[in-house]
This record gives sequence, structure tokens and C-alpha cells, in this order.
Amino acid sequence: MNTSRAHCEVSLTVNGRPAKVRAYSMERLLDVLRHQLGLTGAKEGCGEGECGSCSVLMDGALVNSCLVPILQARGTNIVTIEGIAQGPRLHKLQQAFLECGGAQCGICTPGMILAACHLLDKSPRPNLEEVREGLAGNLCRCTGYMQICEAVLQAAGSEAGR
Amino acid sequence: MSVPRKEGRDKVTGQAQYIDDMSLPGMLYGATVRSRIPRGKIINIAFGSGVPWDEFVVVSAKDIPGQNCVALIVDDQPCLADGVVNHPEEPILLLAHPNRHLLPKAVEAVSIDYDSLPALFTIEESERCAEIIWGKDNTFKTYLIEKGDVDSVWAKADYIVEGEYTTGAQEQLYIENNGVIASFDPEQGITLWGSLQCPYYVHRALRKLFDLPEEKVRVVQTETGGAFGGKEEYPSMIAGHAALLAMKSGRPVKIIYDRMEDMAATTKRHPSRTRHRTAVSREGKILGGEIEFTVDGGAYTTLSPVVLSRGAIHAGGPYDWPNFRLRAKAVATNAPPHGAFRGFGAPQSLFAMERHMDRIAAVVGRSPVEIRKRNFLKTGQTTTTDQTINEPIDLEGLLDRGLALADYHRKKDRFRQENASGTRKKGIGIATFLHGAGFTGSGERYLSSEVAVEVCADGGVRILVSSTEFGQGTKTVLCQIAAETLGLLYEDVEIAQPDTQQVPNSGPTVASRTVMVVGKLVQSAAQGIRETLTKSGSLRDGYSREEFRDSCRNYVAQRGKLVSWSRYRPSEDVFWDDEKYRGAAYAAYAWAVYIAEVTVELTSYSVSVNDFVALQEVGKVLHPVLARGQIIGGVAQGIGYALYEKVSWQKGRMQNGQMTNYIMPTSADVPTIRVYFEELGNVHGAFGAKGIGELPMDGPAPAIVNAIEDALSVPFDSVPLLPEVIFEKMIASSTNTSSPIPNGVR
Repeated sequence: MNTSRAHCEVSLTVNGRPAKVRAYSMERLLDVLRHQLGLTGAKEGCGEGECGSCSVLMDGALVNSCLVPILQARGTNIVTIEGIAQGPRLHKLQQAFLECGGAQCGICTPGMILAACHLLDKSPRPNLEEVREGLAGNLCRCTGYMQICEAVLQAAGSEAGR
Repeated sequence: MSVPRKEGRDKVTGQAQYIDDMSLPGMLYGATVRSRIPRGKIINIAFGSGVPWDEFVVVSAKDIPGQNCVALIVDDQPCLADGVVNHPEEPILLLAHPNRHLLPKAVEAVSIDYDSLPALFTIEESERCAEIIWGKDNTFKTYLIEKGDVDSVWAKADYIVEGEYTTGAQEQLYIENNGVIASFDPEQGITLWGSLQCPYYVHRALRKLFDLPEEKVRVVQTETGGAFGGKEEYPSMIAGHAALLAMKSGRPVKIIYDRMEDMAATTKRHPSRTRHRTAVSREGKILGGEIEFTVDGGAYTTLSPVVLSRGAIHAGGPYDWPNFRLRAKAVATNAPPHGAFRGFGAPQSLFAMERHMDRIAAVVGRSPVEIRKRNFLKTGQTTTTDQTINEPIDLEGLLDRGLALADYHRKKDRFRQENASGTRKKGIGIATFLHGAGFTGSGERYLSSEVAVEVCADGGVRILVSSTEFGQGTKTVLCQIAAETLGLLYEDVEIAQPDTQQVPNSGPTVASRTVMVVGKLVQSAAQGIRETLTKSGSLRDGYSREEFRDSCRNYVAQRGKLVSWSRYRPSEDVFWDDEKYRGAAYAAYAWAVYIAEVTVELTSYSVSVNDFVALQEVGKVLHPVLARGQIIGGVAQGIGYALYEKVSWQKGRMQNGQMTNYIMPTSADVPTIRVYFEELGNVHGAFGAKGIGELPMDGPAPAIVNAIEDALSVPFDSVPLLPEVIFEKMIASSTNTSSPIPNGVR
């Protein structure tokens, strides 16, 4: 059915490693990550950019990978949840989510942690209101957000303490 | 102690495997052709052009080898419609293909002709019985609860206060949609992996649908991305669909709903209507009352009788009713069946009760605090089902503590002064309530749950239960209980993945029963391990952790295996009469005081919650971080229920089935929720725990709506309370200046 549509070849960097994929130009970055690169950490919650479960970083910007056609990701640097820990050592946000109860069912967690990474990148010492604002594009149905916000604040504090 | 969540590391690193992250060789993708009308006969099904139909596997009701039903309480719901449909989105045909991108077009290309029949969409239409759509009178279930002699109280009453309260449907909105993978082998039968709460519900449904013996159906729960009741009964439906396609195609089949399909086709919280008529003395004491509690069950029975039961038993709130009559009814409409959602009927009837308490207070001329204190249940008194409250609960003390934490009295005075001018009106409202833990009445007796704990070769132990983890912390807390019982470290205890071939049936993961009921069984099974080791002579009293582990290793090396089983045994003093609906409805209740502070912005009529105090007595708190997380998360869902989450219906179909137009709270909408616990303990649960998961869903809606009334001096009797509803009611009340006394008051 799709045979008439042209595939394109796209090179990009994913979690620090070069990747080359063949895909339809409008194929979603989310599907390429999950189905071609085996990176299933990004989740599809709504497929229309509302829930943020598929959030990844693209050249440092937080994007909903369900809304990014693969062609738009050509030459970019993508970071997914699989790429933020340093080997077996958890990223400080991952550690803080674990300690503070920031993850319950876990389905929003990868996107939420990337949104938090993005926030701390821009604003290393946010206050509670800034954290709430910064994560407002990522929906969580389990936690009521407070323990997520506390995790982000704890992680930010630990950076300041270094 | 707050140990890290067992599966937490996998979740924060993105390694946790949810159903859509899994794939099997040769797997097909499945999709569902659904009814576009609310009710009618299927006249013809045509497969349109432009689709390579020979590449598709197509399943209809005729392919079902066993009974065409989704087995639950009453087997009235077909797995696939056979000739008639009773609600929009009812499944009719199933399609499967190796390329998932081809499925939407194929579903679209199936055209179905119907002979439409008249349909019913509201409780009132169903009650009128102008059309009979279910049974003899459109009624799935009724209950009558009676206590004392309510007919004698009306003549003695100084006031008779009436009210009618309604609540809307609410979508569970787990972020992971429903999904399963099924495989079929003629020799081995069906294996089903899925996002689900109750493996043995699915197991039973598949056995009936395929007419297979127990051992030929295997159900495995995969990591589940939220459930909230929404994956209690519905997975039996989607599991049946995937398994039918797998059987016909001979290949594994995955079905994952997209958001719109999940919202439109799966269950939601039952819409409800509650009518109160209450006899009250001059001092504000309730002398007696009648409640009529009605829920809209949708097109098939599913869980409505049990939702109705829990709602009915909670309808009187935490108050003393010397005389009482409640008539409860679940009616049929031509909407997709409504189902389990955290709270399970109680949020509906308690919304009514707590709004009605404020109405009684207004009529009698007492404060909401005073009216509650005058009527609180006390130790030794009986509930509406004649259950004696034995535990030393002090609701007055609990309320006083809540008021102090919220700075209630000072704020109430301050808001009254400040509200005299300006467009920002502030208010503060209370809800006091209870929630029963475990199955209702004889439920736990019938479930007869079983758990096992086994010794591992490395010297640790492993818990075997069908109780599932979907965010609440099942795995973590059950492991904590076993570790504590045996004097082991949390790390020494594992818990098996729920797989019906590996684990006994510890009952469904619902009804705030896991920690209290299953936890107690885990504790007793763990004790069994210790007793066996002690009797075998390899473990001394006062053993160390290392000695226990050595003893386990030796036992396994010498005898191969050590498994300890424990089955639920009801307490002798817990009695329930199914016929009269009297007795101990629940083994234990959690008690709570919630206080909400709101601001209503009169330029937009929008409401924001500015402070929220959630104070509860839940027995012993076993894991403070998880317990607090349950409360905050439940309160956030309750804020959504109160203020944002409106399901827009059109002829039985949800019109706003997207996250874009069905609005749940974001991190910017949820205030700081201040969580406090009282811990009285409880003899029925492991280490004194009671149920906790559903409780926080009950209180926010009435506390918030009571606060809005406090801010605006206009009563509102329904949720969700959207800005347009507030606007309309305020316009109406400003033009109607006749009487300050609420309607329905003598």
C-alpha cells in the first residue's frame, strides 16, 4: 500500500551514537525510535502531542516525538531516556524520582524525566512554581505531580551542592 | 520505612516492558470494527473495495468456539455483537494484518447496515421504560437498606431537608491505553500477555469464550501503565478479541487501542443521581432519612451491581442514622457499560452526602463543622447496615485536627470580609467521609484468596500472588511485609510476575484490598516458612538474617522445594447477611477529613484550588512515600472530577475522546496537597494496615464544591462543575431574589 511512497534515508545522532534509518519522510520520530532503533522508553500516550509521554530531547529542545516527522530529525542530536544514565549509574533525576516517589505506574516517567532534564538545563535552580510550569506539558495520572516536583527540586539541590 | 519501589529502577531508566514494547515473531496487529449507532439490528455487513481483504484475518461472533460473552457477574455482554447492537462502539468484527498501518483504512472500509431501534441515554429515560432495553424494566440491580423506622421520624422533625445531587461520568485516563498480545496453540491453548489488573478475571473469561479447561489458558500481566479500575473488567474483552484473532490466524496477535478508541469504547465512572430527604432536629441532629441512589450502568450489567452496592453502603457517610432507608438502583442505557474506577460508587454517593450536610447546616442555621460534629458516628454506634463500629475512632478529634491544619476558622472569617468586594471570591469547604477496605459483605469469603511464599535457592524468599502492580506499590509493600515477618532485608524478597501458570489466585487487585487482605495472607504464608524451617530443626529462635538464609539454602539443597500457602479465612466476628443487606459490610474502614480552599475568579468563572488538607486514619502506614503518593494522586483525580473532567455525550457516544478536549489536571493545576495520617492500627491487616488506594477519590469533589458555595453563597449540586455551569447558576440566582432558603425545605 505504501510502496509508491518514497523512503528517505535519514542520519541522526541518538544518545551519542550515529544512526542511519530508512523511513517514509512523514514517519513519526517516535515510531522510528521504538520500532527501528529498539528504544521503547518513549511511550505513545495520546498520539497528538498532549500527554508528553513520548518526549525526547532534539538538539536540546524538548519535543513530542509523536509530532516530529523523521525528516525533520535529519542531522539532529536526539536524547531519549535510555541515554541519560552514565552506564549503571543513574542520572541524578532518575535517582531522585526513585527516592521521592516520582514514578508510580512509570508510563509517563521517561517523558517526565526528559522534561525535567530540559528544565534543569535552562534553569538549574528552579523554585516549585517554575518546576510546575516546566512540567505542565507532561501529564501524569498517578502521582498528582507533587512527588515529581519534589524529585526535580531534590535533583536540582544536589547539583547545587556539588 | 520507605524502601525503593521494586520495579522502580526499570521505570526510571525506560527499561520496564509494557505491552506495546513487546513483540513476538510473526505477530499480526488486530483492530476492531465497532457499532456506529446506539441500538439496532445488524442487517448487512459489506467489505468495501480498495482493501486487499484476502490478506486480512476477519473474525465475527460465528468464530467463537465457546459462549459469546465477557464472563463476569451476569454473562449478558457479548464479546462480539451477534445480530444486534446495544451501544455505540460495541465490537462487531475483528481484523488482523501484519502491517498495522493498513488497519485503520480496512476498519473504515467495512460498512454495516442497521435497522435502528429507539435508544435510551439518561437515568430518567431508562426509568420511564417507554422502551425496554434490558430485562423486564431496564434495571440491572436494586438494593434496599433499612434501619429503625424511618416512617415515624417525619412527624417529629423540626426540619425536613431535601436535595438532589448528580455526578457525571469520568474517564480513568491511565496514560497507557488498553492493550494485549495473544497467542494460540492447538495443543497448549491460549497465552495472553496484557496490561491488566486481574489475571484470573481474564483467565475465567477466556475459558468460557473458548470452552477450554483451566490449564489451557495462561494469562500474564505485563508492566501496567496505570489502571484505576479501568483495567479491572475491560481487559477480558480485548483479551478475548486478540485470542480469537490468534486462533483463527494461527499467529500471535497484538491489539493496542489508540487514545480515541480507548476513551470512546472502554468503561468510565458511573454517572449518578442521589436524592436525599432528611429529618433533622432544631439542634441539627439527624433523626432519620431516606436516600435514593441511582447509577447509569450503560448497556450491559458488567460490574454495576457491585459498584451500586459500595455506593449504597457509603451513602450515609460517617454519620449516625437512627432511622434510615436507602433504595439503590442500577439502570440500563445505550452507552458503553460504565465500570470500575477508584472509589467504585462511593465518590458518587459521598458527594451527595457531603453536599447535603452543608445544605442541612444552612437550613438549620448551624455551621458545617457543628452539623458534622453533632452527627458523627462514635465507637459503639452502628452504621446504616447495623455494623457496630468497634475501633476507637474519634471523628470530632480528627475534624478538629484538620481544621487546625487548614487554619479553617481564621480563613473562613477572612474570606467573608474580603469577598465583600472585588472579583476574586475565596471559600473553604470540608468533607468528612469513610471508605471500606476489601470486598463488600461476603465478598472476601467467596473470593477465598490464596497466596504462596516459596524459598529460593539463594536463601531469599519469593512471593507468589496474582495481585498486580500498576503504580500503587503492590510489589514493594508485599515484599516489605514478607521481609518484616521473616526478619529479612527487603532485598532478600522477590515477587513473581503475575502469571496464572505460576501464581495462585490471590483475588483481583481492586477494592483497596491488596495491603490489608493479601498482605495479611503473605504475612501468614511467610510465617509458615519460618515454622517449617524451625520444625525441621535447622532454624533456632532468635535467628539472624544470615542464619535464616543458610537454613533456606540447606532446606532447598536437601529437600528440593519449600512452599508455604495461605488461604483467606473470615473472622468469626465479621458477619454479613446477603439477603437483608445487613451486618459488617467491611472488615475495616478508613476515615478522613479533607479541607479545600478555592478561589473563584468572577471574570472567567474559573475555579482554582489553592490549598488542600488531606487528613486520614488508614491504620498503620507501611510505606510513607507510597502512601502519601496514593493520597496526592487520588486527590488530583478528585480535583479533576470536581472541576475539569466532563464527558460530553451525544447519543451514547463520548464526543470528546481526546486529551485535547477531555481535560485532566496538569502540574500547574494541582495545588500543594498537604497529607497527614492518624494511625490507629487494625487487627485485620498486615501490621495494622487498612486499605488506602480509593479513599482519596471520595473527598475532594464535595470539599471543593462546598468551598465554592462558601465563596459564592450559591449552592451547586453537580460535578463536574465547569465555569459555564457556575456562570449560569449565578445569573439564575441573581435574578431570583425570592427566598434565601434552599428548595425542598420544610
